[in-house]
Amino acid sequence: MTGARTLFEKVWDDHVVRRVDGEPDLLYIDLHLVHEVTSPQAFEALRMSGRGVRRPDLTLATIDHGVPTIGREFGIQDPLSKKQIETLITNCNDSTITLLDIDDPRSGIVHVVGPEQGVTQPGMTIVCGDSHTSTHGAFGALAFGIGTSEVEHVLATQTLPQAKPKSMAVTVDGDLPTGVTAKDIILAIIAEIGVDGGVGYVIEYRGSAIEALSMEGRMTICNMSIEAGARAGLIGPDHKTYAYVKDRPRAPRGAAWDEAVAYWSTLPTDPAATFDREVTIDPATLVPYVSWGTNPAQTLPVTGSVPSPDDFENALDKDSTRRALEYMGLTAGTPITEIVIDRVFLGSCTNGRIEDLRAAAAVLKGHTVADGVHAMVVPGSGLVKLQAEEEGLDTIFLDAGFEWRDAGCSMCLAMNPDVLSPGERCASTSNRNFEGRQGRDGRTHLVSPAMAAAAAVKGHFVNVAQWDLK
Amino acid sequence: MRPVTTIEGQMAPLPRANVDTDQIIPKQFLKRVERSGFGPFLFYDWAVDPEGELIEDFVTNRPEYVSAVVLVSGPNFGSGSSREHAPWSLEDWGFKAIIAPSFADIFLNNCYKIGLLAIVLDTATVDRLTEIAQDPQNRIAINLENQTVIAGDVSVSFDIDPFVKHCLLNGLDTIALTMQHEDDIATYEGGRLTHRPTVC
Repeated sequence: MTGARTLFEKVWDDHVVRRVDGEPDLLYIDLHLVHEVTSPQAFEALRMSGRGVRRPDLTLATIDHGVPTIGREFGIQDPLSKKQIETLITNCNDSTITLLDIDDPRSGIVHVVGPEQGVTQPGMTIVCGDSHTSTHGAFGALAFGIGTSEVEHVLATQTLPQAKPKSMAVTVDGDLPTGVTAKDIILAIIAEIGVDGGVGYVIEYRGSAIEALSMEGRMTICNMSIEAGARAGLIGPDHKTYAYVKDRPRAPRGAAWDEAVAYWSTLPTDPAATFDREVTIDPATLVPYVSWGTNPAQTLPVTGSVPSPDDFENALDKDSTRRALEYMGLTAGTPITEIVIDRVFLGSCTNGRIEDLRAAAAVLKGHTVADGVHAMVVPGSGLVKLQAEEEGLDTIFLDAGFEWRDAGCSMCLAMNPDVLSPGERCASTSNRNFEGRQGRDGRTHLVSPAMAAAAAVKGHFVNVAQWDLK
Repeated sequence: MRPVTTIEGQMAPLPRANVDTDQIIPKQFLKRVERSGFGPFLFYDWAVDPEGELIEDFVTNRPEYVSAVVLVSGPNFGSGSSREHAPWSLEDWGFKAIIAPSFADIFLNNCYKIGLLAIVLDTATVDRLTEIAQDPQNRIAINLENQTVIAGDVSVSFDIDPFVKHCLLNGLDTIALTMQHEDDIATYEGGRLTHRPTVC
């Protein structure tokens, strides 16, 4: 008889192909997502070793990292990106892997597309050569990023040998104050446990504040699990999860749907199950967050001020704070609300979904972007873009002075032409504020979509909790 | 993968915390479809100024460290993006091992897959190795079989997962290992839940 288990343990146990002492478990992979940047060397290595793709029917490819978000009718100008994308197309054709090409309205960021198409479902194992694969954990799936050698392994065998991580519960119980969103919750969690607090763990997010979130909000939370170093993040599936999956193109139908829901309902963590570590966050204390430094734990409530190296005890923390302030061009003691921005980026696998666009549009309605601020919206997928246009959100963004772009990863990692210039300061709804992430010497401040929209209007950060929504 | 047994030579110190994979190899170099040739782009934004000139005092540019084989760095090395281009660039530059107080999970897996030895040592030992590495004449000797690191007055043993060690010592192809279990995979596939989705 099996004892009380967590969601993570149930999903893990259901996928063990082979377990022997002294070796990592061999896990079966239900879905392998592939994109153009981390796959070419894997396909090439398969060819060189005479191996094929075992399950093209469990493999879905998209083109997202290197695509331009404007002027696509003129083709891809960057010859290296063009070659990389053409290589993916050839590899998918040769291996009969389904590829959502750039001109397919269903294409977009891999972690937006999977849930939209209904291939992301509770209880699955999902991998991708991309660290933000943790996004899919919002459905109660075990989803994690892998390197190119592991991409090759999954292509060849549909399995992956994995040492079992430890489990951590992060509980957020209570009501969220006005203006506080999923993005602020996860930034607060990362600030609490640190950028390496989750290393070696799979995090389960629990509590009434998590349950109250929409699926989009839950995806934002799980997406940034990796920014705390966690192997994966997941949330127990419930009626909201089922409702999101139901009737999507690849969702089960008829009797299969009933079977699926019956199975999914067995997945949430048993009441008596225990975790290796437990962390509690009180949502009542939260306010909207803004990052000030060069890693995602270097964040503060918008009501705070930029810290000083002297605020830290350990030498490496002092040094990284000093380096971060220098890179970010900030002076210790400056109130966050006095930081003036040049750019606004609304998009990414963290915050490029329809709810994110709605939240930003609600703030922008009736306002215009401040003089000197260059703002853009990059929807997470072609379908998000179409949905937003049906709702008239594009008009609100365009009227406010935002650019309305095509879908892709865009300035979250700036592999395409959307790049910050040296010294430019950006309010960004993305996930990483690393040095150079959005362009060499560019300065990234991570915020929620509503905070980004408010900063676009004012030209500096403001507390969106005090915004007068029209 | 080449077997990893002993590593001997010079250390290069990079005493910074949270060296993320965006710093190890910036995104503009991820557009290549080749597996080799990433070494010149290692730590690019720290090593090369915006005009394309080498920043002379950065550790990988200092002539006295040009033959270093072991990088000694701070905690949470390799955080962020899953890009295997990060270990590829370290390997292509000439590093055979990285020593730090901790590593990010995906980076660690990626290193082991290509035979780059990532060794976790306690902070005090890493600090001491960083000091020892300040004199480029000092050497380090790593023995994977015995799990030892010796440099100057440091002589310590390190932990490593026994299965990872076995694969590294023998230079094993983990895909070939998995393929030996084809019967197990086929059996699992035969019993998969029927409602699981396919993509086409």
